[in-house]
Amino acid sequence: MTRLIAARVLAGLVTLLVVSALLFFATDWLPGDVAAALLGPQATPEALATIRASLGLNEAAPLRYLHWLAHALHGDFGRSLATGRTVLGVLLPRFANTVVLAGLAALVSVPLALGLGIASVMRAGGRLDRLISTLCLVTISVPEFFIGYLLILLFSVQLGWLPSLAVLNGGMSLAQRLGAITLPVITLVLVVLAHMLRMTRAALLSVMSAPYIEMALLKGLRRRTVVLRHALPNAAAPIIAVIALNLGYLVVGVVVVEVVFVYPGAGQLMVDAVGKRDLPLVQACGLAFAGTYVVLNLIADIVAILVNPRLRAA
Amino acid sequence: MSAGEYQQATRASVRGGGGTTPVAARSRLLSFVASGAPLVAVIVAAAVFAPWIAPYGEAQFVGGVWDPPSAQHWLGTDNLGRDMVTRLVFGARNTISIASLATALAFGLGVLLGFAAAAIGGWLDTLVSRAMEILLAIPVLISALMVLSVLGNSLPVLVVTIGLLESTRVYMIARAVARTIVVREFVAAARLRGEGLGWLLAREILPNTLGALAAEAGLRFSFIFLFIASLSFLGLGIQPPAADWGSMVRENAQAIDFGLPVPLYPAAAIAFLTIGVNRLVDRYLAAIARPGAT
Amino acid sequence: MSGRRTHPVLRIEGLSVCSAAGLVLVDDISLQLAGGEVLGLIGESGAGKSTLGLAALGYARGGCRITAGRILLGGTDLRLLDAEALRRVRGRRVAYVAQSAAAAFNPALRLIDQICEAPVRHGLSTRRAAEQRAIEAFRALDLPDPEVFGRRYAHEVSGGQLQRAMAVMAMACAPELLVLDEPTTALDVTTQIEVLAQLKRLIARSGTAALYISHDLAVVAQIADRLLVLRQGKLVETGPTAALLARPQTDYARALVAERGGAAARAAPAQGSEVLRVEGLAVRHGRRDAVSDASLRIEAGETLAVIGESGSGKTTLAYAICGLVPAHAGRVSLAGVQLAADYARRSREQLRRLQLVFQLPDVALNPRQSIASIVGRPAQFYFGTRGPALAGRVAELLGLVGLDPALAGRRPGELSGGQKQRVCIARALAAEPDVLVCDEVTAALDPLIAEEVLQLQRRLQEQLGLAYLFITHDLATVRRIAHRVLVMWRGRIVAQGATAQVLGEGRHPYVNALCASEPEMRPGWLEETLARRAAEAQAGPFQSAGGT
Repeated sequence: MTRLIAARVLAGLVTLLVVSALLFFATDWLPGDVAAALLGPQATPEALATIRASLGLNEAAPLRYLHWLAHALHGDFGRSLATGRTVLGVLLPRFANTVVLAGLAALVSVPLALGLGIASVMRAGGRLDRLISTLCLVTISVPEFFIGYLLILLFSVQLGWLPSLAVLNGGMSLAQRLGAITLPVITLVLVVLAHMLRMTRAALLSVMSAPYIEMALLKGLRRRTVVLRHALPNAAAPIIAVIALNLGYLVVGVVVVEVVFVYPGAGQLMVDAVGKRDLPLVQACGLAFAGTYVVLNLIADIVAILVNPRLRAA
Repeated sequence: MSAGEYQQATRASVRGGGGTTPVAARSRLLSFVASGAPLVAVIVAAAVFAPWIAPYGEAQFVGGVWDPPSAQHWLGTDNLGRDMVTRLVFGARNTISIASLATALAFGLGVLLGFAAAAIGGWLDTLVSRAMEILLAIPVLISALMVLSVLGNSLPVLVVTIGLLESTRVYMIARAVARTIVVREFVAAARLRGEGLGWLLAREILPNTLGALAAEAGLRFSFIFLFIASLSFLGLGIQPPAADWGSMVRENAQAIDFGLPVPLYPAAAIAFLTIGVNRLVDRYLAAIARPGAT
Repeated sequence: MSGRRTHPVLRIEGLSVCSAAGLVLVDDISLQLAGGEVLGLIGESGAGKSTLGLAALGYARGGCRITAGRILLGGTDLRLLDAEALRRVRGRRVAYVAQSAAAAFNPALRLIDQICEAPVRHGLSTRRAAEQRAIEAFRALDLPDPEVFGRRYAHEVSGGQLQRAMAVMAMACAPELLVLDEPTTALDVTTQIEVLAQLKRLIARSGTAALYISHDLAVVAQIADRLLVLRQGKLVETGPTAALLARPQTDYARALVAERGGAAARAAPAQGSEVLRVEGLAVRHGRRDAVSDASLRIEAGETLAVIGESGSGKTTLAYAICGLVPAHAGRVSLAGVQLAADYARRSREQLRRLQLVFQLPDVALNPRQSIASIVGRPAQFYFGTRGPALAGRVAELLGLVGLDPALAGRRPGELSGGQKQRVCIARALAAEPDVLVCDEVTAALDPLIAEEVLQLQRRLQEQLGLAYLFITHDLATVRRIAHRVLVMWRGRIVAQGATAQVLGEGRHPYVNALCASEPEMRPGWLEETLARRAAEAQAGPFQSAGGT
């Protein structure tokens, strides 16, 4: 089993490397000229040459990638073209904010999804089940910004309970921070919960159609026992896969939510950077998000291996 | 299990929560309405006939900023004083056409590659699948943002980028479905006859996957549609002054601070379309899953 | 063997079960079972025997409904009970033994946990006591290391052992009634004997009444006191085993009993030209050879049967000859011309002359194509036949295999198993081949339908001069249709020659073991075989060929 896990970790690292290369080359392949774009149409040929040399644009692409990678591993992602500050210096605090937002959302949504999913399967076809299914369908279909603005309209403007902008600055107390962050977290939770719930339910139902479940029922066991004791252990691996997948949804959903609430996170940062064509920043943000996604999937795969009963006795 | 397989199972499970359709005519009507078909039909009709049914021009200024609903402007005006209903109707047209093109591209490419990989197998399958898995390792939004930051966001770039990125998802599902067909003996019988790849794909595999593919097409369209709306909302999709539901949300977002629900109109429109399409797909899946159907 | 109690353990009156689509699965069946009695339910697949067996637990699978009748378990009508009461009956007063033990055990839980679950949850015993009883039961059924056997998981244990574990699980609550649904069907022929004997001992010792469901009359005859024959959901005949076997009253029962009887071995045909030759063929599977050094010859108009147990390599041999599986050594020649090892490199003409018919007609036909396209395609593909000529050829082929030409417009889903297999044969014939490779083509069919298909094949051979390479595991089939036979064991050919000789006197030891493991249709055969085996316990290696 350790061999399987080691192999999977290796595969994950290779994926990370390839992803970084892909991201680098995606932004590196320019139909335009960065130097000219930076200096404007009045630039002299000498100035252009200087800029090109300083940005390393004269080297072959693979070499540039390796340089970039070497720098990146030391934490040096270059400087933001827009502000001139180090990319890492700009990204790190914002990424931390994003992690807090996503983390809180995950903390709330995962137990809810599991609990509701199991409950709905235990009473499959009952009123709770149908209600959950309909609500899920609706929440999945609507865009995150719809939920966000709706919540703002309700809780912020009409009721005035919570702030509409998730502005965070240094002097705020924990309570104020939590207050500012509540609506974004709720929005994210609603988005992710629906996906996770549907998939958990589907994974459980798929396990419930197995022959050994019928056998358990024929032995006269209660449905509750059958779901919890027989179905759940076999559904553990697929459910974990579901959770990891949805944590990936979080990575994407967080971007839109940050923009809706003007939350100072990495998502907002990346969107601004893309708008301004601030390539070093875009690369670093992209790598941060993609890397998180890859790592989450890796963890899911490893947990699935650990949990698989067929490998346990080996 | 892949995300696609979960989505498949999920769709099947959603309808599991519902009961069987009663026979009474009134219930049939209710069921038809709830199936999402009329909703989708209305929106698609609006998109197709936009220039003829819109009361005003797409970029025409007709009133003040965020005027309340009135007889001439059923939903009021937007942030620049344009008629909201007109903007919605043209927005439907723009967003849906782009989403449809991107879906067609994603689907055509993904299905072709997926079926071929399943049918040919061997190193080709492994190679392409590994490549796709790597591409899938990056969330679509991130990839799209990276590409758009370089190539800009003209319409062709949008369609091709999203189409190519989504084709990886379609590939996974198409391949998974095709693999279940390919192991059946009638495919081996066709191979042993000497049939070429074209015949295998078109006559042996495809007819047996139509149900799954149709459902996937519907769902893929709603994903892509939502995605384009989100991109536009972030300012990176369809550019003004073209009407587009996602950009309209962004443009009118400030109205919320004044207690005006204006950005909710385009957002709700997006929601209605995707709910309608998803509902249709679920009903379709339920219908073909009944024994005796196919 | 007769009941110890006076009132029947199970009495079913006028039971009817319908499927979700409205199809009648069980039609007005009544039966009675006394304590300690074993009732054998015989029928083809689809006859409704499993449905009937499950009804004894008050259970209907997958959307089916019990529409009429009474199910009296020791006097209680199961149909009148509510869900909770029904739940208390299941597992405790009536237990079920499924066909596939591997599917019935939860892969995530240890065996002992699942075995002790029912008695503990029904409140009949403590966990400790249940475990003790289970260990004693393991010992009684000859399971290895009874103390620790239960701590294993399902995938760590062989098929025969798992089946016995399931029997222990079913008996854990000491139920009044045991429903056994084809418990030995999925096992090897040699394993089947052991498990059958142990089940018989188990039932006799505990005095439980049992419903033994099977499609194999010979197997059921060894264990049942009375028999009940089902056909398409209806009761055909019922009576004491020995009486029914000796003097069946209805035509159907008579056909079932006679079906297993021997038939004259076929004499060799007139000398024809050699049409297929295989020399030294070897196929690798992982590190071992699935087939090693296989050589054979078939002449026009001849049937060569390849027989062996599962895992003997017979299907691999057939696939390698057809080129579906690459052989790494040896050669295959069709009418003197060597064929490429990979079918993709063979010419169209070569592919045409060697046709393969698969075992499972359900998956061998494209459900989205009409019969006309399926049967017509080879004619179109190889000979360019089109239009009305094609339609005519399709009708001709369908008639050749004994099907109504009007079926041409239908889809496979609308046909029965036997009809589908005929379509498969028609499709193969459409190519006008020289050699037909038949991979266990009758294995999935019911005995009577299988017989018809075999007759059809004989007729076609005489008419068209076809050569058959017939893969099978069933000795009776071999005797009926094969001129020559080839016996495989673990990838090697151990015996080859004319049928009468190979299967006759002075057989190869393995052939001996194979023949001996085939249940015969007379009561008492089981005891004789076991006694003989115990006496021969020191004889050659092939005795343990099947293993447990």
